[in-house]
Amino acid sequence: MTLDWLFIGTILVVGAGMAAAPIALQNILGPRKPNKTKSETYECGIETVGDSWVQLKGQYYIFGLIFLIFDIEAVFLFPWAVAYNRLQFYMVVEGVVFILILAGGLAYAWRKGALEWV
Amino acid sequence: MSDPFTAIGQFITDLLISIGIDAVITNILLTVIAAVLLGSVVGLVAIITIWAERKLLARVQDRLGPNRVGPYGLLQSFADIFKLITKEFLIPKGADRYVFIMAPLVVVGGVIGLWAVMPLAPGLAGADINVGLLYIIAIGAIGTLGIIMAGLSSNNKYAMLGAFRTVAQMLSYTVPLLLALLIPVMLAGSMGMTKIVEAQSGTWFILLAPLAALIFFISSLAELGRTPFDLLEAESEIVAGFHIEYSGMGFGMFMMGEFVHAFTISALFAVIFLGGWQGPGIESFPPLGFLYFLLKIVLVYFVIIWIRGTFPRIRIDQMNSFNWKFITPLALTVLIVTALVDKLAVENGFNRTAVLLASNAIIVLVTAFLVRAHAASLRRRMEVTDRAPIQQPEAAGD
Repeated sequence: MTLDWLFIGTILVVGAGMAAAPIALQNILGPRKPNKTKSETYECGIETVGDSWVQLKGQYYIFGLIFLIFDIEAVFLFPWAVAYNRLQFYMVVEGVVFILILAGGLAYAWRKGALEWV
Repeated sequence: MSDPFTAIGQFITDLLISIGIDAVITNILLTVIAAVLLGSVVGLVAIITIWAERKLLARVQDRLGPNRVGPYGLLQSFADIFKLITKEFLIPKGADRYVFIMAPLVVVGGVIGLWAVMPLAPGLAGADINVGLLYIIAIGAIGTLGIIMAGLSSNNKYAMLGAFRTVAQMLSYTVPLLLALLIPVMLAGSMGMTKIVEAQSGTWFILLAPLAALIFFISSLAELGRTPFDLLEAESEIVAGFHIEYSGMGFGMFMMGEFVHAFTISALFAVIFLGGWQGPGIESFPPLGFLYFLLKIVLVYFVIIWIRGTFPRIRIDQMNSFNWKFITPLALTVLIVTALVDKLAVENGFNRTAVLLASNAIIVLVTAFLVRAHAASLRRRMEVTDRAPIQQPEAAGD
């Protein structure tokens, strides 16, 4: 079991290394001649106007909230799904009621117009 | 006939013990070697898949594709690597240097990390943990983080817009993905990837849950950011999206991450819905399972390329409504119906496959009917506005 997690840790490091190695190699092999124009922000040849940290649309937050609800729901539903084969019928119905409450939340957001892209 | 992978592992173990290394350290060393090997092989797979994808895409679009470098253009990817590696790695003015360099590492690491729990052949899986699917979902989300890092650190408005779009799309499509993955977990009774493959020795889950498979496939495509969901890097709108400021290998690594991700998603689909290494004759000769697994990956990967070659890009509002108003409610319905119907079928002794297939077919019919009705009402509304007398502006002046 510990070895399994060691394997996962190693492969994550190797994965990042697979990307780090070519970039490091490029830093050695590639030229390095920075100049003022070259390091400008690229905007198809036009000079940048104002701050590049533009404000994001408030609507992204609403989708973030809806996503959060469903993501937390998944935490509760996965144990239910694992135990599914050992559950009685009424326990399955309880899980379904839980999903229906969530579906109700989605329907509410839909009705309120939170799902429209404006 | 014994398994060659086990035989090689045994050989290395014996060799290390014979030169006087402790058994525990030998096990640790072996694990690290296996992980390094798997990680690098998966990373290098991109070299082949880039060639295969360009060639196939060219054929779909009635072109020849790469055919100059090497036989059938096979060495094209190597030529590209050498070109990219000799370019200058530019870091734009005002960029957050460390986050900027870290972003491609996070993207590629997150994708290759998915292979840790992939069952490759009978008895051969990197890490056979009992929360495999949860691990897949968690590590799969790291790629999103890498893209946000790239977008925010670039000090570029286009990169920022691309990153916002990515967050919106990837967060949204995680929801149907999660809901669709609940169904194979229910059917297999475990989140372990090996258990899921073993549970498909009779019937593959694509027969038991065809709609869940379709939902998983579509939302995976969206997570991947491929056509028709490639509005994250729509060239005509936001130049290139989050990787606009990356040059040389920084860009190359995002590309590699995307191609490995496509390959990984094919593998996930093969494991979860197409039975992974299951196939005829694996009991007598287990290494055959690896071949079956590879064949299934290639099959799914072909479908992904096919979709890329034939579908147009969708708009961001369409992406949004397609997810929240169509796929998510559909996934919820499929989940509820599967849970209830499967329990009733098993308790009353019906054939599981037939009942589940029938219930999926009924859902498809009802969905088609509802979509038709909705389209008809939309059309009626449009016709009414078309027929309404248009207010002619009064002729002004003389």
